[in-house]
Amino acid sequence: MNYLYFPGCTLYTKAKNFDQTARNCSLLLGFELVELPNWTCCGATFPLATDNLMALLPPARILARAKEQGEVLTTLCAICFNVIKRTNHLIQKDGEKREKINQFIEMNYQGDLKVLHYLEILKQEIGFSTIQERVKKPLNELQAAPYYGCMLLRPFEEMGFDDKERPTLFEEFLTALGARSIDFPYKIECCGSFQSVGTPEVATECAYRILTSAMRQGAEVIVSTCPLCTFNLDQKQSDILKAHLDFKTIPVLYFTQLLGVAMGLEPQTLGFEQNAVDPIPLLKRKGLV
Amino acid sequence: MKIELSREKVHNDFAKKVEWISGQNLFACYQCGNCTAGCPVAFAMDIGPHEVIRYTLLGLEEETLSVNTYWLCASCLQCSSRCPKGIDIARVMDALRMIILRKKERKDYIQISEFPEGFLEKVPQIAFISGFRKFLS
Repeated sequence: MNYLYFPGCTLYTKAKNFDQTARNCSLLLGFELVELPNWTCCGATFPLATDNLMALLPPARILARAKEQGEVLTTLCAICFNVIKRTNHLIQKDGEKREKINQFIEMNYQGDLKVLHYLEILKQEIGFSTIQERVKKPLNELQAAPYYGCMLLRPFEEMGFDDKERPTLFEEFLTALGARSIDFPYKIECCGSFQSVGTPEVATECAYRILTSAMRQGAEVIVSTCPLCTFNLDQKQSDILKAHLDFKTIPVLYFTQLLGVAMGLEPQTLGFEQNAVDPIPLLKRKGLV
Repeated sequence: MKIELSREKVHNDFAKKVEWISGQNLFACYQCGNCTAGCPVAFAMDIGPHEVIRYTLLGLEEETLSVNTYWLCASCLQCSSRCPKGIDIARVMDALRMIILRKKERKDYIQISEFPEGFLEKVPQIAFISGFRKFLS
């Protein structure tokens, strides 16, 4: 079975490695990510002001177009997933806003599409046990810290991804790949998000806390599901080094890059050149590349 | 500071406006401070989110809008997720941002022209789009 796929802006540029590895891994797992035609930016924030309908139009249009193509829409980026899924929920529940939105976008969408994150596809549709069977190169007890961030989990009532305080889906995924999943208290804490544009030093401090928390528990690599988290946790390590002299760098990978390693994809197809902290020395040490 | 409470004061127009934009009932707040305790950016805030709610209910419009609290909120929804009274506090923070950004003076929190050189090339567009929506009128 193939899945309709919404890449989102960043996966076409700064997070190309996220997009490419997911597409390649899907093929090895027996399905294809079919890109939604004519997609636009989702807006990158779900509007929290209740009177801001304008910001709901791009995700609503994406949903309506996807519904013309299929029944399930998947995304990789946690922010796109959050925006699209919350908009879908709102269209389902709020008749008045649904009507207004539909009139504006001149389409008729009722909120009946299923929005799944790629990790949910892997768990529910493919099964982690199947993935475990297909693993060619088990990750050799690599100590990987699953970083959920905010957008996959909150608000729980609308996202329904996993437990809002103690999620385990990501851990199950990493264990299936042969890694040792590291539990750490900051796994659901915010990376600072768009504060990297507003007040960058605050985002740097958030990243410092998350990374050192994971390292204290023995993490060798941080695993992420979001291009913005990855920017704050990976690219900003050069800023952390300036602010905290005791800081040691740690590689941050997208979960699909680790999946690619485990599925035996060639290292040059995994897009490591886009990762700020080079993960290759670690992967070599573990005998994985 | 001497504070006099009255029915008129707590049902002030500023609080009504915040409630209208956020869709939240501020009177549900009993000042437990759970939001501030779990907030990942509270360390940099002038006052905690629970104090912002209190200030608003006291009609202290100028004082409320002059703190950095709501600008620093990253909309991570940790506070909303943990509030024992079910208040979506992130929506309250966004409402305060909106009150500033919708004024005709257009007092934006950031100025694109002040970004350091190379910043636009470095930061992913996802950060700009969400940041611009939160910080620019």
